[in-house]
Amino acid sequence: MDSESKKVLVEPLIDNNPITLQVLGICSALAVTSKLSTAITMCIALTVVTAFSNAAVSLVRNHLPTNIRIIAQMTIIASLVIVVDQFLRAFAFGISKELSVFVGLIITNCIVLGRTEAYALKNPPWPSFLDGIGNGLGYSAILISLGTVRELFGSGTLLGIEILPLIKNGGWYNPAGIMLLPPSAFFLIGFIIWGVRSWRTAQMEKREYQVHQVHRTEVM
Amino acid sequence: METYINLFIKSVFLENMALSFFLGMCTFLVISKKIDTAIGLGIAVVFVQVITVPANNLLFQYLLKDGALAWAGLPNVDLSFLGLISYIGTIAAIVQILEMVMERFFPALANALGIFLPLITVNCVILAGSLLMVERDYNFTESVVYGVGTGAGWALAITLLAGIREKLKYSDIPDGLQGLGIAFICGGLMSLGFLALSGIQI
Repeated sequence: MDSESKKVLVEPLIDNNPITLQVLGICSALAVTSKLSTAITMCIALTVVTAFSNAAVSLVRNHLPTNIRIIAQMTIIASLVIVVDQFLRAFAFGISKELSVFVGLIITNCIVLGRTEAYALKNPPWPSFLDGIGNGLGYSAILISLGTVRELFGSGTLLGIEILPLIKNGGWYNPAGIMLLPPSAFFLIGFIIWGVRSWRTAQMEKREYQVHQVHRTEVM
Repeated sequence: METYINLFIKSVFLENMALSFFLGMCTFLVISKKIDTAIGLGIAVVFVQVITVPANNLLFQYLLKDGALAWAGLPNVDLSFLGLISYIGTIAAIVQILEMVMERFFPALANALGIFLPLITVNCVILAGSLLMVERDYNFTESVVYGVGTGAGWALAITLLAGIREKLKYSDIPDGLQGLGIAFICGGLMSLGFLALSGIQI
């Protein structure tokens, strides 16, 4: 694999992560992560849709009139999502019920449209496909870490297997119910962003107002 | 009447689209820096939601539902798999029509909403409203109430967040948490606050 495609594939993992930097596709990152199994299913579904819609849009990019391109992209994405949705209903009905509307919402997941707009319209199919996979993986990295933390501490299990023995089954762990509630997802992503930005300082946002720094020698 | 009031309260506070279902998060976090723009966007969302949810309800009840085509003499046809593509089509078309109508008859309003109106097509709140309405099999009146409720709930949430963030810019926040990070934490605190309302019933 040459360096260009490697860059396209690896960059969205941390340096240009769709969730923490581009602020794309946050709805599902928060909503489906109370369990690891739903998070993993969502990641696979989103990566597949992003990769193939990127490739498809890139194939027709030279024939698309600019003023109807959004509708054309939506049609491509919606058809792919229907395929994924029907596939999940056929082979993983339980998980598809738990994900409820969120599979359908991949259509309006900004990662998909964001990447087709920003990348696939200007690049040939193969790099676009890789870009889709890369962004899908960046999204998956955040979702899987969120899903692991929330399920492990919220119900003491991972993928339904008990890891921390619960008090009600004779163990020692008292599950932290808040991990399963909506607010914890907000807090955890906030902390992930804090961590990533303290490590990669280039991603920090500028302050609008700087509080005046007073050194103790000035006061005296 | 009671069921409708109940449904409204439920969709505004208990099942708030932004804070308990996490929908429309991208716009919720990015466009909530100023109160004025947040209110403008909120109004636009309510507007579009009120029209698209009932429209999609009619589409579902009379065309797509299992056996819905009985009036056309095709009682065994189930088109519900075409749902996603039809709903997003309806939404895109209605947003486009709204934009043109507003430019022609209410230029002031169109100016105020500006770029937000076309962007609403890809706001998940709108599509999610229709999808949840279909999943719960609401009838027409319920779908109107549900559209108003979800739109108003989302508008309320984004306005509140914008208010908090306007004050926050004078605070001394750790560098890495600046901007997006602190917005997430605020969202979490607001969502905790909305949890306190759960269980309300009339």
